Formats: sequence, structure tokens, C-alpha cells
Amino acid sequence: MEQKNSNNKKTLLEQGFASIKGTDSKEKKKGPLSFPAKIQVKDLDFYYGKFHALHSINIDIPEKKVTAIIGPSGCGKSTLIRCFNRIYELYPKQYATGQILLDGRNILDPKEDLNLLRAQVGMVFQKPTPFPMSVYDNIAFGVRLYERLSKEEMDERVEWALRKSALWNEVKGKLKQIGTALSGGQQQRLCIARAIAVKPEVVLLDEPCSALDPISTAKVEELIDELTEDYTIIIVTHNMQQAARVSDFTAFMYLGKLIEFDSTDKMFTNPRRKETEDYITGRFG
Amino acid sequence: MNKLAGHTKTPTLRSGVKGRILDIIFASGTKTCAILVFVIIVAIMVSLFIGAWPALKKFGPSFIVSTEWNPVTEEFGALIAIYGTVVTSIIAMIIGVPVSFGIAIFITELCPAWLKQPIATAIELLAAIPSIIYGMWGLFVFAPFFADHIEPWISDTLGNLPVIGPLFSGPPLGIGVLTAGIILGIMVIPFMASVFRDLFEVVPPVLKESAYGIGATTWEVIKKIVFPYTKIGVVGAIMLGLGRALGETMAVTFVIGNADRLEKSLLMPGNTISSSLANQFTEAVGEIYTSSLIALGLILFFLTFLVLALAKYLLVRLTLKEGIRT
Repeated sequence: MEQKNSNNKKTLLEQGFASIKGTDSKEKKKGPLSFPAKIQVKDLDFYYGKFHALHSINIDIPEKKVTAIIGPSGCGKSTLIRCFNRIYELYPKQYATGQILLDGRNILDPKEDLNLLRAQVGMVFQKPTPFPMSVYDNIAFGVRLYERLSKEEMDERVEWALRKSALWNEVKGKLKQIGTALSGGQQQRLCIARAIAVKPEVVLLDEPCSALDPISTAKVEELIDELTEDYTIIIVTHNMQQAARVSDFTAFMYLGKLIEFDSTDKMFTNPRRKETEDYITGRFG
Repeated sequence: MNKLAGHTKTPTLRSGVKGRILDIIFASGTKTCAILVFVIIVAIMVSLFIGAWPALKKFGPSFIVSTEWNPVTEEFGALIAIYGTVVTSIIAMIIGVPVSFGIAIFITELCPAWLKQPIATAIELLAAIPSIIYGMWGLFVFAPFFADHIEPWISDTLGNLPVIGPLFSGPPLGIGVLTAGIILGIMVIPFMASVFRDLFEVVPPVLKESAYGIGATTWEVIKKIVFPYTKIGVVGAIMLGLGRALGETMAVTFVIGNADRLEKSLLMPGNTISSSLANQFTEAVGEIYTSSLIALGLILFFLTFLVLALAKYLLVRLTLKEGIRT
């Protein structure tokens, strides 16, 4: 009787997430620990003033893979990725303890150069945030901060970033136009182009599609897929179908704790933890 | 429709004739208050015109470009006062704008949280000081100090430079156009600093985050993100500050020296429109003298009106743009 029930459940789950990423069945069953880690988080605790937002998080993010972080609102998903480039430090009274190793280097070390770190770990936000300048300058802005390129090299870099983010064909005639004049979906891809133009190693995406229509979302998802060739990608999302579609690994967080972290395939078809299963099947209360 | 008909309320008897009359009185009362503003502004303009007419008729358009101001021969021209007004205001802006920027940027971007409120309060207090206090402080404290320690140095260094040299040569008198400009600058700082601060605070945090997020430093974020995002509002704020500086009377009258001569040097005494008016109205005898002073007032009215209109126009454009952004 029990056996039958669990079979039922499994098929239901698989039907819901028919488009789980990965083709090689052996490959997609592999856990995250069988790949080299780009970021290793060790006993990370995070506080907003007195509020304890993250409770001793331990997670190894594999290199050049897409890792999705899912969980209900307020579970600490965004807080966790905001630690990876220490953007939280712009605000007083927010601090983290523990260790985050990027290629073995502890980035929570107070001596870490934040500007260099942020050039290495790019970030794209929930809402598109084009700067109040032309499309071209939006991309060139970050590049100019760290590299001295000739006009031709810069033109090439801008085109490369725009092509990479599937925006080139739409904006090639409007490079001089102000970035805020683009449509919402184009603005978001512009922000992704801006983030990859500085050639970071890690790209953090904080719900990048929540303000986008389905067509733009599809384009951004395709883009994420392509970016895995060169970058380690961490995406926070509310949309579980999206996590299933784009990610290789999925982490489930709840109330500031990491509940489960495994290959996306395993998480969506056969989660080990009850909480994960409840959340994925929408039975969460 | 038929179903709803059964639910219509019967009109209550409360709103009778009395209620309607009260409403009419209330509406016309508020309307009168509003119209009063127009009546006053038109009345001021008309009376300024009538008062200034004899002088305008006698001197014609040359009133504006004449440097003559001689009560004895009854020859009057406005250029000295216009020049003084504009130059002191420009000096005030040269000093006030960068300092206000500095204050606003420090408060919004760099200041530790515990220091924010004390600085904001200090700025408000600075704004609340009556202008006559600035004038007295300027005359009794600042001008002597300026004459003893700063002006000799200015005429020794800047005074020897080509082109701008003549602007900074002359005896260290303490009072003069430069002193008046500096005092004006101090007076417009609190106003502009608080407007700048409000402007910088509307820059969405997520925009700054994304700039920091690709590795920009604080200065780069301010130069490339905060300034372009707020530039129209900033121009509007500068215009409003300029409007204040143009019309300021008491503090300037104390320290400018009130001399009706056109001097090259900023260290020499001069005059502004408002300080001419404050100083000379009581002693003005004869129709032409009084009328010329009123004509000065009319010019100042138009000058500030122009500046304020420009500011309003820029602010409207800013709000329109904000509307499109969201």
C-alpha cells in the first residue's frame, strides 16, 4: 500500500516538472559534491541588527553550473546571495559571521577588496536597474572601471555582451539611446549584459524574471543556459518550474536554514526531506 | 435594474436649504482666499509700474545700462545695482553650490547613521537664523577678520594674476562685494543642502546597489549614477537658491559698503538693488529719485520672477520624467 502511494507521488511530481534540465540521465543524478566547488559556505550566520536571518548555512556551489535557491518568501534566499558579493555592507547593522570561500579565499575577511570582489561576482536584481545613461555607456560603465580599452576594443566588448545576452539585434541601432527607454524585458537583459561585460566569474541572479513577461522570461532562461559555459550562476527564484528548467542543482531554504541541497532532478522527483516535498508540491502551509 | 430599484434610498431631509447656503458660503470663502493671491500680485506689479513710470519715461531704456547714480543732479541708472546684485549672487552660488553638494552627499551616502540627525538639525538651525543676525555677524566679526587675514593674501596672490587680477586687487577694507557674496553663500547653503539631500534620497537604492555590484566606488556611483539621475532637480534647487540670494537685503546691506560706484575689484564696496532700496528710501526726495528706486524694485521683481519661473519649469520637467520612469 505504502509502496503504491509513493509511486503515485513520484509520477505526479515528474509530470509537474516535465522539463527538468539535463539530458544525460547519469549526469543529472549526480549530487553537487561530485563537482569542483566555486564557492564554499561554511557555518554562515547573518544578522539584520538583532534579527538572526541565516542559521549556520553550509553549501558548496559547483563551478560553471546553475544553482537555484528556492523557498517561501522571507526564508533568506536573497540574503544568502547578497552575502556572496557583500552588497549588504552598504547598509548599517547588517553583518555576517562564518566563512565564504571563493576559490578557497575567504571573502568575509575584512581585508577583502570589495570593489575587486564585486567585479568578480556580478549581480542582477529583481527589477531592471538601467543606469541613467545610454545603452552603450550602461555596458561600458563597469568595464571602464577596471580595464583601459581602446575605442575598438570597447565597441567589441559591448557588442559581445549584448550578443551574449540576446539583446544585440534589438538594440544595435539604439546604442546612443538612454537605457531607461527600453522595454522592461530589454532593460533586464541589458542589466545582465552589463553584469557579464566585466567578465565576472560568478553571476548572482536575484529573481531576475519576476518583473518580466513570459517571452522575455524565456529569453533570459535561454541566456542563463548559455552562460553556464563560462560562468558559475546562482539564481534565486519563486518560480519552481523556472528552477526546474534552468538549474543543475537546487537548494531549498526555509526559515533561514538550508533544508536540502541536491541535483535539481533529484530534488523535484525524489526529495529526501518532507518539507521540500511539501513546498514543491504546493502543500506548504 | 428592476432588482436594484427596490434598494434605492429615500433622500434624507437633513440637507435642506440651510445646508446648501452654508456650502455656497464655504465655497466662495475659500475661492476668495485663493483669488486674493492674484489680486495682491497684480496690485504690486501695477503699483510698481505706476511708481516707476516717471523715471522710466525720463531715462528710457538707458536706465538699465547707465552707471550714473547721482541724487544731486537727479541722474539715475540701474547698472551698478544690477551688477552688484548679479555678482554677489554668482559669488554666493560659487561658494554655496559645492559646499551644499558636499553636505548632501556626506549625509546621504557616507555619514554613519548616528551622525545624520545632528547634521540635519544643525542645517535646519542655520536656516532658521534671521538674516539680520548674519548681517551683524558679517559686519562685526567676519569683515574685520577678512580684512586682516584673508584680503591681503588674496590681493597678493590672485591680484597679480593676468585677466582676473584686477578683480582681486585693492585695499583690504573688509566690507565689499566679495564679503557680501560670501555671507550670501553661507546663507543659501542650508536651503540648498536640504533640497539636495531630499533629491539624493530619491535615487532608488537598488540602482546604487547595482552600480556597487559591478565594483564601482562611492565616488563613481555619485558621479555616474546619483548626479545624472537627479540633475534636473539639482538645477531647480540651484535656481531657487539663486532666487533667494538675489532678493536678500539685510545681510547684504550690512557688509557690501553701499557705494554707488562701479568698481572692477570685488574687494571694493558696491551696491545691490535691495540694499539700495533699504538704504535710500528714507532719504529720497523728489519724484525722480523715489521713482528711480521703485524702478530698481521693478527690475529686481522681474529678475527673481525669471529665476523662479525657470526653476518651476525645470521641476515640472523632473516630475514628468519621474512619472515615466515608474
